[in-house]
Amino acid sequence: MKTTDTATTGVEDNPGSPAGPGPTLGKTTEAAPAKRSRGDGTVLNVFSHGMLIVWAVMVVMPLLWAVMTSFKTDRAIFTSPWSLPDKLHFENWSRAWTEAHMSDYFLNTILVVGGSLLGTLLFGSMAAYVLARFDFPGNRFIYFLFIGGMSFPIILALVPLFYVMQNIALLNTLHGLILVYIAYSLPFTVFFLTAFFRTLPTSVAEAAFVDGASHTRTFFQVMLPMAKPGLISVGIFNFLGQWNQYLLPTVLNTEPERKVLSQGLVQLAVSQGYKGDWSGLFAGLVMAMLPVLAAYIVFQRQVVAGLTAGAVK
Amino acid sequence: MQHGKYRFIVGFLAAPLALYALFVIWPFIQSIYYSFTDWTGLSPEFGMVGFDNYSRMLDDEIFWKSLQHSLTFAVVLPLVTVGLALFFAFMLNVGGRRRRGAAIAGVRGSSFYKIVYFFPQVLSIAIVALLFQFAYNPNSGAINSVLKGIGLGSVQPDWLGDPDLALICVMVVLVWSTVGFFVVLFSAGMASIPRDFYEAALLDGANRFTTFFKITLPLLWDTVQSGWIYMGILALGAESFAVVQIMTVGPNGGGPDYSTIVMPLYVYQKAFRDGQAAYATTIGVALLLVTLAFAAVVMKLGRRERLEF
Repeated sequence: MKTTDTATTGVEDNPGSPAGPGPTLGKTTEAAPAKRSRGDGTVLNVFSHGMLIVWAVMVVMPLLWAVMTSFKTDRAIFTSPWSLPDKLHFENWSRAWTEAHMSDYFLNTILVVGGSLLGTLLFGSMAAYVLARFDFPGNRFIYFLFIGGMSFPIILALVPLFYVMQNIALLNTLHGLILVYIAYSLPFTVFFLTAFFRTLPTSVAEAAFVDGASHTRTFFQVMLPMAKPGLISVGIFNFLGQWNQYLLPTVLNTEPERKVLSQGLVQLAVSQGYKGDWSGLFAGLVMAMLPVLAAYIVFQRQVVAGLTAGAVK
Repeated sequence: MQHGKYRFIVGFLAAPLALYALFVIWPFIQSIYYSFTDWTGLSPEFGMVGFDNYSRMLDDEIFWKSLQHSLTFAVVLPLVTVGLALFFAFMLNVGGRRRRGAAIAGVRGSSFYKIVYFFPQVLSIAIVALLFQFAYNPNSGAINSVLKGIGLGSVQPDWLGDPDLALICVMVVLVWSTVGFFVVLFSAGMASIPRDFYEAALLDGANRFTTFFKITLPLLWDTVQSGWIYMGILALGAESFAVVQIMTVGPNGGGPDYSTIVMPLYVYQKAFRDGQAAYATTIGVALLLVTLAFAAVVMKLGRRERLEF
């Protein structure tokens, strides 16, 4: 609220705003008169650029700081947190990879996320297709049963779930964790894909059916390929959610050698804290951070579409 | 034909529904049931105790603290996050210098900002929490050494160790990690508002701030409202658990003198540290009620006529 005031008064005080950046290109001379007569464009422009840059710096600085710190010695980390490393201490990284078990955590995470992502997409699209395309008693009920899971606090279910898992010998196993990830990813996946299947034309499926394809075959050979854009969006959404999952493994997967990345890092923070190996820990943090950031930068458009798609609908 | 259809429906729904029922629905129902028992979680025996857990909860000082903190999260975090995100998104889309022929323009490099702002969203909240735990370190952390560097050597707060500051520190981290998502979300919504609406308003002499409140916000209302609920659920649930459990000190987290304890963390502590599973589910039920009440209040307050454009 306050910011709006300062910006508007700024316009009245100095209509010709000298604060504006003045690139003297041929193009701008043309636009210059218009700009002067409506000075608020310039003041607002400077102001908004300023604010936007401040936030961009606030986002990037902690990440750069982490990268920088991962190459420093423990001594340097404590004495001068902002200085550049004297040389690139790659041994921090190799220590984190082997001694601190980062390689195990990566492998566990890849196994769990690989299995659960596949399962989520398969089961999610099967349920969503049936709910979107077939009329049967209980359809609405099942749909809302799935949707309801989106707004419930997971922690409430986790207390009994822990003992359910223990009784069927799935506690502290990777396949148990995969099943739980799938189950907790279904609400959003079903919600999203149901809406998506409804938008697909019915005529193609009908034609396939008339040609003698079974329902199952129609689904796998006709509908799934048509639903590919939706599957990619919801797949990215689930991939990030499952890769970054912290709460579920913290409760249900406490065996040290089966830990996944996020909880492994927290474990590392505790144990390296005792050993005083902070540089190794930072190397581990950056190691976990970079692949996801790199993948995001490469698939930027798809990631943004995937993560925001659900909220816009 | 009919027969084949139903066989197909059952065949396709069976596996997903069974998985969902066993791992999600069933535990939810059980936990409500357990909240009326004296189950410890350590042994299979338990008896019904009626509303004992609930009356105990009402006398539990730490429960009230956790409720208070969670409510603070649910009110403050959406307000700050959605507010900041709307501001940045508006700046990105409308804050630019006017170009010829266009009534409004985004700032130059707006796609760059959107890419950068989104960074925290793809990182695990656990990584973010660990990172900030070091930044907040009072002796060698990044923040205090910046303060020293700019001549504020006398101002060296204890941050997470200070009971008065710890909660705010935690909230800052949650804001930091979520604003970017909403900037991108709102930005997409703003981009779909037809340009001539702005042109007409500016022609009528409205300034940009009027246009924000009279055009942008009303047309974006649905998105803002669902963003608000999404952020509130996040602030009440798993995200706040992770941040508080990882960042703040004390046995299993919770901050000095429980100054940062939040409801999901208290559920976790009672169930898996103290062996009081039944009481933990009671607090969980309270959290469920708070979450549903939050969503209901936001929907009620936010109800407006839907604008089509």
